[in-house]
Amino acid sequence: MMSDTDMRGTDMTEYRHRAARYPLALTCSVGLALALTLSACGSDDSGTSEGGAADDAEASLESALEEGGEITVWAWEPTLDQVVEDFEEEYPEVSVDLVNAGSGDDQYTALQNAISAGSGIPDVAHIEYFALAQFVHAEALTDLAQFGAAELEGTYTPGPWSSVSQGEGVYGLPMDSGPMALFYNKEVFDTHDVDVPTTWDEYVDAARELQEADPDVYITSDTGDAGLATSLIWQAGGQPFQVDGTEVTVDFTDEGSTTYAETWQQLIDEDLVAPINGWTDEWYQALSDGTIATLSAGAWMPANFESGVPGASGDWRVAPLPQWEDGESASAENGGSALAVMRDGENANEELAYAFVEYANAGDGVQTKIDQGLFPAVVEKLESDEFLETEFEYFGGQQANKIFAESAANVREGWSYLPFQVYAHSIFNDTVGQAYVSDTTISDGLHEWQEALTTFAADQGFDVSQ
Amino acid sequence: MTTLAEPVAETGSPTPRSRRPRRRRSWIGWGFMGPFMAVFALVFLAPIGYSIYLSLFREQMVGGTSFIGLENYQRALSDPQFWAALGRVSIFLAVQVPIMLFLALLVALAIDSGRLYGKSFFRITIFMPYAVPAVVATLMWGFMYGTRFGLVANINDAFGISFPDPLSPDLILISIGNVVTWEFVGYNMLIFYAALRVIPPSLYEAAEIDGASQLRVITSIKLPAIKGAIVIATIFSIIGSFQLFNEPSILQSLAPNAITSSFTPNMYAFSLSFSGQQHNYAATVAIIMGVITMVIAYLVQLRGMRKGAEA
Repeated sequence: MMSDTDMRGTDMTEYRHRAARYPLALTCSVGLALALTLSACGSDDSGTSEGGAADDAEASLESALEEGGEITVWAWEPTLDQVVEDFEEEYPEVSVDLVNAGSGDDQYTALQNAISAGSGIPDVAHIEYFALAQFVHAEALTDLAQFGAAELEGTYTPGPWSSVSQGEGVYGLPMDSGPMALFYNKEVFDTHDVDVPTTWDEYVDAARELQEADPDVYITSDTGDAGLATSLIWQAGGQPFQVDGTEVTVDFTDEGSTTYAETWQQLIDEDLVAPINGWTDEWYQALSDGTIATLSAGAWMPANFESGVPGASGDWRVAPLPQWEDGESASAENGGSALAVMRDGENANEELAYAFVEYANAGDGVQTKIDQGLFPAVVEKLESDEFLETEFEYFGGQQANKIFAESAANVREGWSYLPFQVYAHSIFNDTVGQAYVSDTTISDGLHEWQEALTTFAADQGFDVSQ
Repeated sequence: MTTLAEPVAETGSPTPRSRRPRRRRSWIGWGFMGPFMAVFALVFLAPIGYSIYLSLFREQMVGGTSFIGLENYQRALSDPQFWAALGRVSIFLAVQVPIMLFLALLVALAIDSGRLYGKSFFRITIFMPYAVPAVVATLMWGFMYGTRFGLVANINDAFGISFPDPLSPDLILISIGNVVTWEFVGYNMLIFYAALRVIPPSLYEAAEIDGASQLRVITSIKLPAIKGAIVIATIFSIIGSFQLFNEPSILQSLAPNAITSSFTPNMYAFSLSFSGQQHNYAATVAIIMGVITMVIAYLVQLRGMRKGAEA
């Protein structure tokens, strides 16, 4: 459950939250841990029986690994350190240069620059689901189907798989996923005798009660986070981004978006959320000292708690994400990322690069990462009792993976991200963020965001339908 | 009349010119100039030329690159975000630069007066912030500005007051101005101080004989003598203000909503280029900004020089 975000917790002074999300339509339900539900997804059995071609690809990969060579990997996923070490031990001819070229947007900027320059491109890059479409669109990624990646379809949960595959092509292998849950500080709720909310309306009430009981306690902190906002809209059933080839629609007037905007507006209007920026020292302190009572985040969060908020060990628990409608059990993804093989990588060895990606995200590397706390996207691991029954000491012995697995199974279908989602996120605070510091409302902000995005899309040559 | 005169002038002029004995052109000079010109062209002219070249195109995610002439310039000149950013740095310039230069001048005069005890200590202390990298300086101030754990929080706690948040949209420009002033007072002080040091002591002696007061010495001798330095410092400050980038860019992570991605023209160009992949439009914004900066700096120089001549 460690993921894209925690390097920030350990080695950077400036932390910015760029949790990864799914960029593409989820064609199939994200029936994560429960393989039984996979039978509902018609496409899962396809492409598993082209034995000959698969064997060829396999043999070719083996020989590439034996032949060896060098590859450069840009990633900020901390659990990869150990994976690379094991990999190099197993295949002594291969040397992997693991480079941390920044987290999230910083790395994408560097990557985009390298692509524009046509040199210094890594062989493998760590890309969050929400940003993947942008690089596929730029034709910067190698189609992994040629190496037999299509065979792996059944290996992964459908959500992440649909994020990395586009049409016949496969543009990365899922590294982790981030079904959402509500992390809450049980100590705080118990002390003030407030019930843990199960709906967002209750959440707002709980926020009021906590503030009343102690003005220093906030239900959560938020200063405008595109990742969180889009995930909550996703959970509420909104589908603001629609992409069909070069046709793009941005529309925040649907019910899901409106519901989110209205509810969240109450929190801002009544100053119920702490104005603390995520992933800063202040934020970690606030999580530790009870200033922040809850946090809605992906299943990769626990490792961040352990490393960033060690002082509050035992105080926090995990609960299903509050619902927009009483009695529902909808969820959304927040975060998750893949490893992709770049075209024109500096060592020009795409096959070897893929061999590494396969080792890390489908082979032995998966367990190595799970052991270090990553929340995987591999079905086999997710449905194992060992995984589900893991007791989190940090959460007072709670079997938190069960909640995450259930959340993963309940992720709403039909969400997609824009092929320029990275840019979209970069102007979120210019528009929606203004609601946090001025009289503008979230719904005004969303409208402005929509305007800016449609203008950008039109400038970029997309067909914008209103 | 004019229609008649023109052809005459046109046909007539080449003749005398061709009759004039042509001086043999010497290429030897160019040989000496060559290495310099090559480097000059490569490192100064080529980047500017390339930016101008870039600014004439448009690269789209769908449709690729196409030549669009001056369309980017038209767009920039009617881009409210660009003008808002320019307005912001202009306000910054109008308020922060005079304050900073006045403080720098005051300190330089104080140190130069010779009446200050521990002169070199003050000189080095006031200059010190300039040696601190802007990034570090801004981070440091950012921590102090924090209303929860920073210095502002401590002041609030200690005195039981509620000091307004320096990182709120209303105050952020002032907060940035404060950081920049802190950073550059020492630098400007040094320019002024260096200029003050070269004033011939005989002038002071003459003033003393005439019984001039210290104030009179300052207004009649010191200030006119360092006018050139003041103009230079002003021009540097104007350029610096228009190029404002480091400080807001770093504070942005602490005040993401107060500092937008188009807070200053440079930040706007940066975000257009690196988040929006609009390199061509970013180049246009950069060129327009460069031209505006040059024009204003030139006007200030002209005015400064003329005044200098009058004095």
